[in-house]
Amino acid sequence: MKLRFSRKQLGIPYAVFLVCFVAAPLLVVLYYAFTNGEGRFTVQNFANFFTSPNTIGTLCYSLAVAVAATFCCVVIAYPTAYILARSNLRRKTVLLVLFIAPMWINFTLRVAALKEVLTVLEGNLAYHPFLNTVLGMTYDFLPFMILPLYTTLEKLDDSYLEAAADLGADGVVTFLKVTLPLSMPGLISGVTMVFLPSMTNYVILDMLYNSTYIMGSLIGSYFNAYDWHSGSMISIVLLAIIFVITWATNGFGEEETSRGAIL
Amino acid sequence: MDRSLSENIIELKGIKKRFDDNFEAVRDFNLQVKKGEFVTFLGPSGCGKTTTLRMIAGFDIQTEGQILLNGEDISRLPPNERPINTVFQRYALFPHLNIFENIAFGLKLKKLPKEEIRRKVRHALEIVDLEGFERRSIATLSGGQQQRVAIARAIVNEPEILLLDEPLGALDLKMRKEMQLELMAMHRELGITFIYVTHDQEEALTMSDKVVVMADGMIQQVGTPEEIYNEPKNVFVADFIGESNIYNGRMTGERRVRFCGADFDCLDDMPPGARVDVVVRPEDILMTAPEAGTVTGVVNSVIFKGMHYEIIVASGDNEIVIQSTKSVKEGDTIGMCVEPDGIHVIMAETNLNIFEGVLTRNYTVVFAEGEYECDLTKLYEGSAINSEGVLADAAGNEIYTDGVKVSVRIPVGAVSMSDDIQTGGICGHIISLIYKGDHYHYIVRTKSEEDIHLHDEYLWNENDYVSLRIPKDRIELSFAADGEETEG
Repeated sequence: MKLRFSRKQLGIPYAVFLVCFVAAPLLVVLYYAFTNGEGRFTVQNFANFFTSPNTIGTLCYSLAVAVAATFCCVVIAYPTAYILARSNLRRKTVLLVLFIAPMWINFTLRVAALKEVLTVLEGNLAYHPFLNTVLGMTYDFLPFMILPLYTTLEKLDDSYLEAAADLGADGVVTFLKVTLPLSMPGLISGVTMVFLPSMTNYVILDMLYNSTYIMGSLIGSYFNAYDWHSGSMISIVLLAIIFVITWATNGFGEEETSRGAIL
Repeated sequence: MDRSLSENIIELKGIKKRFDDNFEAVRDFNLQVKKGEFVTFLGPSGCGKTTTLRMIAGFDIQTEGQILLNGEDISRLPPNERPINTVFQRYALFPHLNIFENIAFGLKLKKLPKEEIRRKVRHALEIVDLEGFERRSIATLSGGQQQRVAIARAIVNEPEILLLDEPLGALDLKMRKEMQLELMAMHRELGITFIYVTHDQEEALTMSDKVVVMADGMIQQVGTPEEIYNEPKNVFVADFIGESNIYNGRMTGERRVRFCGADFDCLDDMPPGARVDVVVRPEDILMTAPEAGTVTGVVNSVIFKGMHYEIIVASGDNEIVIQSTKSVKEGDTIGMCVEPDGIHVIMAETNLNIFEGVLTRNYTVVFAEGEYECDLTKLYEGSAINSEGVLADAAGNEIYTDGVKVSVRIPVGAVSMSDDIQTGGICGHIISLIYKGDHYHYIVRTKSEEDIHLHDEYLWNENDYVSLRIPKDRIELSFAADGEETEG
């Protein structure tokens, strides 16, 4: 007998996955965020978060790190992706792989290597905590910015650029009025993929002997102290930030420009 | 500037374009276009028409030659500095801008006042019949509407020349016919010079003041639609434009030509005895009673085509296509005649292939990347192959043939095609085929761009990769000009 599945039946594994690994953990996090040690409902965690100068300071610092790292990534990745995608270089793919290859190397190894380089350059890493953090984040997340930009720029039809030139636009104007707006979906994907990890990835800080705190470090320290409730509340706040950013950037990408340019 | 000089708005002089991969897209293109003309580049795909257009627009720069606009060389100007606008094949409308912003793109760059931009965009939308569409997004438009926006975006800049690259290619037949008429009306209204690229001969004949027929990177003929249709300059044009019967013929007297086994009066004056190609349009053949016709034949098939019947008649070995409003029965014997003005005679293109070749020590000849056995005893007078298989002269001394340069002549009738490409002979792609009543005339092009003409009874496809067979005794050799010395 042949096995036959309807569409609905085929959807079951995914639904199970969704419930187990997305919905259930989220509910658990929500539960912890709004309860206290005795399991009662409370908004105290929420209030604590926004009244404690410590957490607010960390949030602002994290945002500053994320903005700086994202900015650096864009500044480096855009020209790189542009040259890779638009030029007639014959060994384009080799070059692209060279930029992507760091992703294949173990994360710990990469950061450890960066630490050694920075130590040689700066002497004591403790003197420039912010700079080191941003450098670490930029170095680590750069491929996530290059790839989506490369994909959108590569797909960009030459005829748009020719049409712009035909209508009297020089190179700079063509870039500002045509190339840049049309590469927006890739830029947004890249920003989303760099900005949020930059706020939370405290492993980089730790490995660079950094004394500063970002949001991720805060969650880590609460969890280490078995305070699941405050840690969960921070996660919920971060989730809200993610949601707001995604919603805001969606506004740029008009209905017909697909946001499917993630990879 | 002198008025008489500026009459030619654009002039292309000796334009050649060779791409990086060494593909020669355009070879020696010369053309003058008068102000306000509607000129169409017509040809099959890959004939270089779009490349030529792109060079006028400035997207491609010619390898050689000059482009003069109003007498001034614009060859080195980038596209944004040329007063020329283009309607692209796939429209290339900016998807991130709405219709108003698309059309206003060029005007905004010219820093015109806002009110003027708004007025001009509205006027352009009126011309293309899309009033009130300013705020719509590109994605909501149908193909025909996008086409109109693309035209509006180009004409709103009031260019001196409007280039249109197969603009109607993506539209359905009815829409295409409609747009053809609208484009013609627009051309009259605006007074702008139009240069139009198409592979659709009907479109070219309908719309243009002047048609430039192109094939293989070269202009085949320039003329009004009537000239192109009625007086094709060569067999390619005759075959490409409209339906034609093409036959091999021979001039038998003053304004007398013989083809299909009969003598006909014609209007073209060619030297008696000359080999010619004869073109007869299907609608110019008159059907008569068998005894009244210049030639007779048996009706093979009759197909109703709406406006007329298409009748295919076998007359001896020749096939004759007739278009007539009268019907006949299949199997009937009919007579046919043609008025002198219905016969168009063209000097035959090629009855002989001539190449430069080199002899090898194995008594073969190499030319056009192919190696063939040949009879060298005819080349060296009095020589013979002796009992040891060595070519020797009358005195019995061996003749060394390795590297001797020769001129190779092969009649078109001697070459045949094969799909076995391992024979070591010339291999190439069929680049052209023309039906000539009882056989096809093929041109095969090798990798190094040598063309070989040949006749074959059977139908092969364009672009087929074939090898060529040539019998040993049909290869005529003579010493090349500088080969004479090596002989002594």
